[in-house]
Amino acid sequence: MKGYPAPSSAPAARERLSERVRGIAPSGIRKFFDLIATMDGVISLGVGEPDFTTPWHIREAAIYSLERGYTMYTSNHGLPELRQAISQHLATRYGLEYDWRSELLVTVGVSEGLDITVRAILDPGDEVIVPDPGYVSYAPCVALAGGVVVPVPTHEADDFRVQARAIEAAVTPRTKAILIGYPNNPTGAVMGRDDLAAIARIAEEHDLLVLSDEIYDRLTYVGEHTCFAALPGMRERTVLLGGFSKAYAMTGWRVGYVAAPPDVLAGAVKIHQYTALCAPMMGQKAAVEALRRGEPDVAAMVEEYDRRRRVIVKGLRDVGLPCFEPKGAFYAFPSIAPTGLGDEEFAEQLLVEEKVAVVPGSAFGACGRGHVRCCYATSMPKIEEALERIGRFVSRRVAAGRG
Amino acid sequence: MDEMSRKILELLQEDACLTPERIAVMLGQDAEVIQAEIERLERDRIVIGRKALINWERAGDEQVWAIIEVRVSPQRDVGFNSIANRIARFPETWSVYLLSGTYDLAVQVFGRTMREVASFVSEKLAPLEGVEGTTTHFLMKRYKDRGVVFEDLEVAERLPITP
Repeated sequence: MKGYPAPSSAPAARERLSERVRGIAPSGIRKFFDLIATMDGVISLGVGEPDFTTPWHIREAAIYSLERGYTMYTSNHGLPELRQAISQHLATRYGLEYDWRSELLVTVGVSEGLDITVRAILDPGDEVIVPDPGYVSYAPCVALAGGVVVPVPTHEADDFRVQARAIEAAVTPRTKAILIGYPNNPTGAVMGRDDLAAIARIAEEHDLLVLSDEIYDRLTYVGEHTCFAALPGMRERTVLLGGFSKAYAMTGWRVGYVAAPPDVLAGAVKIHQYTALCAPMMGQKAAVEALRRGEPDVAAMVEEYDRRRRVIVKGLRDVGLPCFEPKGAFYAFPSIAPTGLGDEEFAEQLLVEEKVAVVPGSAFGACGRGHVRCCYATSMPKIEEALERIGRFVSRRVAAGRG
Repeated sequence: MDEMSRKILELLQEDACLTPERIAVMLGQDAEVIQAEIERLERDRIVIGRKALINWERAGDEQVWAIIEVRVSPQRDVGFNSIANRIARFPETWSVYLLSGTYDLAVQVFGRTMREVASFVSEKLAPLEGVEGTTTHFLMKRYKDRGVVFEDLEVAERLPITP
């Protein structure tokens, strides 16, 4: 018909999603989540959160604050009483002085803290060095911020501690920051003071920022946790990410913090004020109580995690899966090499045959291949039952491999 | 009491079936050390027994339980001990506690029928020398016992997989 364009010359449908978002690979974990939803009687070692409920006095403090009507926005930075308590906490534990007015920001979990920090510091094309395997969010957040992830392999032979020389080799003129998370998800690895000091030297030499995700700082079972920002000279170039989720079993409350020098903190606040606006009021009220009176609860939980850690590591080794000793967080990261299976195959088949869920190591990066992440934040009887089932599965596979 | 003994006791109190080997792994100790300490605790009657906790109602077995308040006149020189121990020797009694407050002894008794329990109280317990009076409370429903909740309460579940 006259006046109307012919069908064959109609314009192509427009891409609705940004190139950046399209570039992000789908989560390796999602598939398992959907598979488990169809099954009954699964023992899941695939979680990333405590099995404890938030201690009652902390929940009670939040309930009481709700009764008194604390349901509104807080200041962007977060409740002054909470920031003061965090400042006090960091001073007492690590000897770090952060001015609660200008150097602390309360965020919606470490998740938001990480996101706004990378967005605040990265120009398009800036590089961030990230140990591999690592937490699932690190690479996507850097990519979403327009940055380039430079993965640095870590190895079981080093207990999955990232090596300074590997980081050094990855530095280019475009490198802006190093992003580390210890104690580590998924490996359970910790870094000693000397290990971290070696990285500090590189950061100093190349004038890099260090983003240190220390959400698992209290879950350290051998030796003491070293806070990166507390190393000599590092406070001025470290963005410390911390929170309450793991230490106080407060994952659902969504409260974390960013501690950083005033200029970087101000950049993060700029984004935070226009996006999240503030972390939940009730989460912040709960966090104040956690810092005030939560120590005994943390100590009890850490002791219980430690017992489970010993049981699961020995159990995995006893059924034939080599496992380095994880000294922090609540994950064991055994090798599944003796079965001859790939980590995704292993996880899928174990789930279908024995109803035990673990997360394939490759979901956390290429260097996670050949390993699976086993979370021991679950009851002792469940751990023991899971070990029995894993044992049967491994025996069958090993025997089949020989036959 | 040292830290390790305390931890062994806390673990056994929670789960009496734990073997010395399991406890040893949990505490990062040698199995022989744990074994020796458990034997010592048993010899010293600090670990006095290991019993399974049974939900008889669920098993469909109608046992009758009662808590009896027993008012006692303390005897010269021995106080309550003599009468309390006497009561404790009856196999029908499950527990005997000396309490502060309005009465003296709390005695848990069980039997197959209410009549059986009532008979025990009236024929064997109440007539004891030193017993001034008893009040029998029959146990209607057990909600929680020895730190364990008996009902299937709603429990918030975690998502099975999270990063």
